[in-house]
Amino acid sequence: MATVTSPPTTAPPETLREGVTFPQWDKIKARIGDYLLMLHGLLMYGFLYLPIVILVVFSFNKSKFLSEFTGFSISWYGELLRDQQTIIAVWNSLFVALVSTIISTVIGTLAAIAMERYTFRGKLAMDALLYLPVIIPDIAMAIMLLVFFNLSGIGFTPWELRIAGLRLAVPYSVIIAHVSFNISFVAIIVRARLAGMDRTLEEAAQDLYANPWRTFYRVTLPMMMPGIIAGAFLAFTLSLDDFVITFFTSGAGFNTLTVRVFGLVKKGVTPKINAISTIMLFATLGLVALSRLFQKGGDRSPVELEI
Amino acid sequence: MITALRKRPELQGWLFAFPAAAFLLVFFLVPFFIVVGYSFAERGTYGGVVWSFNPGNYARVFDPLYFNTFLRSVYIAGATTVICFLLGYPLAYFIAMRSPERRNTLLLALMIPFWTNFLIRTYAWLTLLRTNTGLINVTLLNLGLISEPLPLFGNDFAIILGLVYGWLPDMVLPCFAAITRLDRSLLEAASDLYARGSQVFTRVVWPLTLPGVVAGSILVFIPSLGAFITPALLGGGRSLMIGNVINNQFLAAHDWPFGAALSTGMISIMLVITLIYFRTVREEAS
Repeated sequence: MATVTSPPTTAPPETLREGVTFPQWDKIKARIGDYLLMLHGLLMYGFLYLPIVILVVFSFNKSKFLSEFTGFSISWYGELLRDQQTIIAVWNSLFVALVSTIISTVIGTLAAIAMERYTFRGKLAMDALLYLPVIIPDIAMAIMLLVFFNLSGIGFTPWELRIAGLRLAVPYSVIIAHVSFNISFVAIIVRARLAGMDRTLEEAAQDLYANPWRTFYRVTLPMMMPGIIAGAFLAFTLSLDDFVITFFTSGAGFNTLTVRVFGLVKKGVTPKINAISTIMLFATLGLVALSRLFQKGGDRSPVELEI
Repeated sequence: MITALRKRPELQGWLFAFPAAAFLLVFFLVPFFIVVGYSFAERGTYGGVVWSFNPGNYARVFDPLYFNTFLRSVYIAGATTVICFLLGYPLAYFIAMRSPERRNTLLLALMIPFWTNFLIRTYAWLTLLRTNTGLINVTLLNLGLISEPLPLFGNDFAIILGLVYGWLPDMVLPCFAAITRLDRSLLEAASDLYARGSQVFTRVVWPLTLPGVVAGSILVFIPSLGAFITPALLGGGRSLMIGNVINNQFLAAHDWPFGAALSTGMISIMLVITLIYFRTVREEAS
């Protein structure tokens, strides 16, 4: 018998067969790539969530150090409730956010209508003016306003209002600052909503002899509502979240929550700050959930709203 | 009067735009020009401001002491942008390749940390990274894995980490948008034409998603360059970035004109970047 090692008879290479184009190796590589991508995704979500989870966990730490978990305790939350300055700071934050949201939502919505529905001279400049506050970093905007309030003599000391025996500090400088960065965000969101709106309904209303005001009030405004609500929620969140601009535009002794937290962090790190952070975290989550709920509720056609 | 208004849509447009225009004129544009004006003024003896035309503040920006901080800020912001891209693009790709329902869940999960207050997110890293009392170093020391604390805090590493953590979603979202907009049939066409997986990526996917990468890079670079909280908390008390130097000029050194010059420089860089971006986008669109 001849011992010639003949090459094993091979089937014709896969690539030669019609329709089959991928050699096995490419499939394996693609599979490995998929797994790596998934592993990377997993690691990234871990990276995003781990610090926050640890932050929340240590707000329940018994000891005042944040390097070792020594036991479960809610004493830091109790301490928070007794911290008068932090509680005042919370009210200040909410007050500033509420007032600046109302003002910037009205002004921003009007600007969005102007930009989306009208052509006028100076529109391009207006467009630039609306985008600038979004682009400019907050530290630059903060010192711009600091210098302005200082030079114009407007100042920073909150007005003291007395309503029914209650003393209310109105930090107009902080409110003005928040309105000036929030107008743009509201305008951009409402404008996007307006741009995506079906105009045939408005035309139909006009065909049915509704005057422009009635058309606006009964058709355009309800259809804009989800955009306006989303803009208002964003403004409220941005106002609550802001630290840098508030820090530079608030008068001495006036703290919002973020300014207070920054002050506490500078003094020393304790689980009390973790407790504040945890509450803020869940408050933000609540706001986001509420905003989604509202938008779903508002995202109906005006016909349904009539019923 | 109302009928006159009704006949002139331009007047209506102005009327709607007026409140925003007036507000931003007074409380944004005027302050901006005051800062530009201040940047040419001189510092008074008691920390006040004396109006003059003094380009010396800008000369001081190039003083190595401050210019190095400028360069370092650009380096930190650049490194942050590159790392955000390296981490964010594959993540965006991963999310984009899931089913639509999965995608929404993953995007929401991406946004939740992003909605958390920036100061708090930075504080979270502060408690992890601190040299002697940070959780990471203490845990590693307790486990006996290291004998000396690692230099995780008060340096560029800590700042870049904090910024990457803060702005990663700003990179992922535009990349994700670009990848989902990809026409799947183009990918199939490429593989039908015997392109290897890597070729499909470099020749089809990458060029088509580049606009998303550029948009994401700008969204990360600009706030990183102007960072204030991150270097203030994770930089270990030293002025490592322009944001802190500006802060010091206004709140500690009381040299407002110089702080104004630094701010004007920073704003100019950002405006230039944004202008170039919008120009290129418009050119490509037309």
